[in-house]
Amino acid sequence: MTIVGLQNVKPKRDTLLGQYKRHWALFVMLLPVLVYYIIFHYFPMSGIIIAFKNFRFNDGMFASPWAADNGLAHFKKLFTGMYFAPVFRNTLIISLYKILFTFPAPILLALMLNEIRSQKFKRVAQTITYMPYFISWVVLASIVIEVLSPSRGFVNYFINQLGMDSVYFTGDPRTFRGVLVGSGMWRNTGYQAIVFLAAMSNIDPEMYDVADLDGAGRMQKIVHVTVPSIMPTIIIMFIFAMGSIMNDDFDQVYNLLNAKTLSVGDVISTYTYRVGLQQMDFSYATAVGLFRNVVSLVLLTGSNFVFRRVSETSLF
Amino acid sequence: MAFNQRSDFLWKRQTAGDKLFTGIIYAALVLVCMITLLPILQVVTVSLSPNDVVGQYGLHLFPTRISLSGYEKVLQFKPIWTAYLNTIIRSALGIVITQVLLALGAYPLSKKYLPNRGFWTFLVLLTMYFSGGIVPNYILITKYLKLRNTVWALVLPAAVNAYTLVIVRNFFEAIPDSLEESARIDGASEWRVLTSIVIPLSKPVIATTALWSLVYHWNTWLDCMLYISDASRYVLQLVLRQILLQGQLQDMNIMTQVSVNNDTMKMATLVVSILPVIVIYPFLQKYFVKGVMIGAVKG
Repeated sequence: MTIVGLQNVKPKRDTLLGQYKRHWALFVMLLPVLVYYIIFHYFPMSGIIIAFKNFRFNDGMFASPWAADNGLAHFKKLFTGMYFAPVFRNTLIISLYKILFTFPAPILLALMLNEIRSQKFKRVAQTITYMPYFISWVVLASIVIEVLSPSRGFVNYFINQLGMDSVYFTGDPRTFRGVLVGSGMWRNTGYQAIVFLAAMSNIDPEMYDVADLDGAGRMQKIVHVTVPSIMPTIIIMFIFAMGSIMNDDFDQVYNLLNAKTLSVGDVISTYTYRVGLQQMDFSYATAVGLFRNVVSLVLLTGSNFVFRRVSETSLF
Repeated sequence: MAFNQRSDFLWKRQTAGDKLFTGIIYAALVLVCMITLLPILQVVTVSLSPNDVVGQYGLHLFPTRISLSGYEKVLQFKPIWTAYLNTIIRSALGIVITQVLLALGAYPLSKKYLPNRGFWTFLVLLTMYFSGGIVPNYILITKYLKLRNTVWALVLPAAVNAYTLVIVRNFFEAIPDSLEESARIDGASEWRVLTSIVIPLSKPVIATTALWSLVYHWNTWLDCMLYISDASRYVLQLVLRQILLQGQLQDMNIMTQVSVNNDTMKMATLVVSILPVIVIYPFLQKYFVKGVMIGAVKG
């Protein structure tokens, strides 16, 4: 944060009140947005207090009685109960799979698109690969279920042609996590590649000319020019990915999840939804949400700290 | 474009190895595009196939015989079209509210002389990293604001996204001060500067953020499931969810007279729901790309 006084364009020192008087019109413009943030973001944030209470709908968030164990009863249930641990584990495993397989995919796609000379081919390929990103998960999930269906899906047809038995991908605990990773990749890779393509378009062409003079082949230019040049973007995106390890994709998982795959696919967001809004255990669900948010912040600032140490790039 | 020069340069000096390399990349990209398209091909095929073909074992990537009865059924099914209308209403309202708030918020935050600018910016940015979570939001809307069964419950909670606000602010900041100076000398107020100079210059960012809103409103369903209990006010995705994923086809079968395979019906519903997206999207795509670029450059 910069100090307010330093941002004032006038060299003459001005009192804060004086500044507001002079620029009241500007502040009045900002007011509706501030009111929006206070009502729809800061008021719910203060609602975190119910994680330490036994929320009763009629009493409201602030008048509800405190929970047992000095208000920590819900956290005790969270850490010692048998329900949260598997959900936490599922979330971690699925997110780590996603980072391992899904994170490099858009970088690879962008590198390939960047090597394409024909602008027409490039445009068509981009249009096709972004497309699934704009379709809702409700629709995408039913497409995934249809395509992977053991009776009619083309994936199982090809598997049968290779002489193997059909696999019920979306209903088998052994394959369900793979379905989540694969379908996420199918939807997001094209869209996520845009950021890396944008970074590549900012590379100084002279760097390639110099590499040419040194006799570098195309692969060498990718490794020694393109990849190092987009490294800052890769690091920033990686820090974001680390920060969202706990933020599983509710829309994706909830629409694909079924009774058979609950044991491997139930993640924090689907669990919070089920416990909080279906079973109406508001306080416990809020405690789960708070725990998730704190872990996310630790992961984000932690990975940011590491990258600030080992490289020159960091988020803040 | 610098990029084109570079590619032409590469092309002139192609060796045999380079040609092989290019070939492999083209082949890989064609494969990626095919993987993206095949699932949609199967959906379209099943939606167009008659009963007996859908039940047969085999590849369903190209229709062998065409039957439109699935579509006939969808066309007769009123709730889909009501839901379509509801989605259009919520999207239009949502986009207008979001755009007004974005302009009103981004303009002051882009001015260095806004008092306590750092603090107000921080207040907005904090919401990107910390939130109350789904339950306190639910309590806010149902208990304190009493917005259940109103369109406001769908439109207001996500009206201003912090990331989007920062993108618009960055765009406004990049507008040269000199353009505003002359108007200010003529005594124009902040309001005049915003409406007659800044907004007309910001069409790209307005198009991009409006499209983000459109995609958001078109694709969400959870808020509608939580806050709307009147089925005649359901949005498209929620009705689709009931038909596609929860298999609630009885209504559809009772309400219409055509007899169709359930899966054909489902897939026809699916195609009808994504058709507008797929038809419009190639034309609007460049605005999404532009938005990501604005965000990527300024961070």
